[in-house]
Amino acid sequence: MSNFVLIISVFKGLLTFDFMEEVSQLTEFGKVFIILLVGVMVVSGTMLLSKLLSPSKPNALKLSSYECGEEPSGNAWVQINSRFYVIALVFLLFEVEMIFIFPWSTIFAQKELIEANSAWGWLALIEMFIFVGILLLGLVYVWRRKDLNWIKPRPKLSVVETAVPLSAYDRINAETYVTRAFSTEPVKTAQEQVVPVSSPKPAFKPAFKRVQK
Amino acid sequence: MSLDKMSQDGGIIVTKVDDLLNWARLSSLWPVSFGIACCAIEMMGAYSANFDLDRIGVFPRPTPRQSDVIIIAGTVTFKMAERIRRLYEQMPEPRYVISMGSCSNCGGPYWQHGYHVVKGVDRIIPVDIYVQGCPPRPESLIGGFLELQKKITEESLLTSS
Repeated sequence: MSNFVLIISVFKGLLTFDFMEEVSQLTEFGKVFIILLVGVMVVSGTMLLSKLLSPSKPNALKLSSYECGEEPSGNAWVQINSRFYVIALVFLLFEVEMIFIFPWSTIFAQKELIEANSAWGWLALIEMFIFVGILLLGLVYVWRRKDLNWIKPRPKLSVVETAVPLSAYDRINAETYVTRAFSTEPVKTAQEQVVPVSSPKPAFKPAFKRVQK
Repeated sequence: MSLDKMSQDGGIIVTKVDDLLNWARLSSLWPVSFGIACCAIEMMGAYSANFDLDRIGVFPRPTPRQSDVIIIAGTVTFKMAERIRRLYEQMPEPRYVISMGSCSNCGGPYWQHGYHVVKGVDRIIPVDIYVQGCPPRPESLIGGFLELQKKITEESLLTSS
C-alpha cells in the first residue's frame, strides 16, 4: 500500500513538474538537437546491429554489379543524351510556376480580404497574370529557339557496293499510301474482284500422261 | 524449439536472439522476381490475390540484393544455369532456394533426351525445398514456403555456417 502511494506521489510530482515548470531548460534549438541526436542514434544503431547479426561473406561474384544475371559489361557511368537536359529545365520552370500558383489560389478571392479592401481580388488576379505572362514569354522564347523540338538522330547510311543503286529506293520512299474512305459495305477481296478470263497461255501438261495414252 | 533448446544449451539469451532472428527471417521471405518457364505462371498465380502469398510475408523483389529466397520456377537450361548461379551468388546470406516443379527438381520430361537441360538445379546451387508437380499448383508452392519456414525455425546463430 505504501508503495502504491509512493508511485502516486511520484506521478503527481512528474505531472506538476511538467505543468508548473515556467522556464524550460531546453531552447528550441536544443529540441532540434535532441531530435537530430535520436535520429543519428537510431539509424547508426540499427546499422550496427545488422552489421553484427548479418553474415558477411563477400566474394568477387557477389560484389559484381547486378545486371539481371548477365555478366556486367561496360561502365555504369554512361552518358545520358543532352536533349533531356533542356526538357528537364523547361519542366522545372513550369513546376515552379505551379508551386507559386497553389498558395496564391488559397488567398485569391478570399472573402475577408476582399471585405477589407475591395481592390484585393483584382490586384491578386493582375499580379498572377503578370507572373504567368512572364513565364509564357519564357515559353515563347524557348519555342522560338526550337528547344522544344526533339532532336532527331540523322543516321549516316553506309554505302555498299551493289548493282542496285541508292536511287532505286527513292521511288519506294516517295510513295504515299492512300487510305480508303470508311464505308459500312463489305470490302471485296482481291480474289473476288478478279474476273476470270480465258488465259492465252496453255496449261502445263506433263509428258508422261501423253505416253500413257 | 525454445524450451528444449534452452535446457540443452543453457544459454537463454542466445536462444532468444535465435528465436527473434528466425522469426524475423521466416516472416519476410522475399523471393527474387525470377521465373523461367511455365512454373512461373503458377508462381505468379500464387503471388496474386487468389492465393496471396503476401499474407505469409512473401513479396517479390526486383534485385537479388534484397532477396532471401530464389524460386527456380521452370526448366533450367545450360544457358540459364550460369545466370542462375550468378543470381544466387549475388544474394546476401542467409539465402534459400526453392526448386519448383519437375524440371528444376530433376530435369523432368527432359531427363533422358534433353541435351540442353540441367538434370536438377541442385547440381549447380544448393536447394532447400523441392516442390513437386508439373507444374505444381500455387497451393504446393505455398506449402513449400511453409516447409521452408519450418526449416528456418530450426536454425541457430551459433551453428549457422
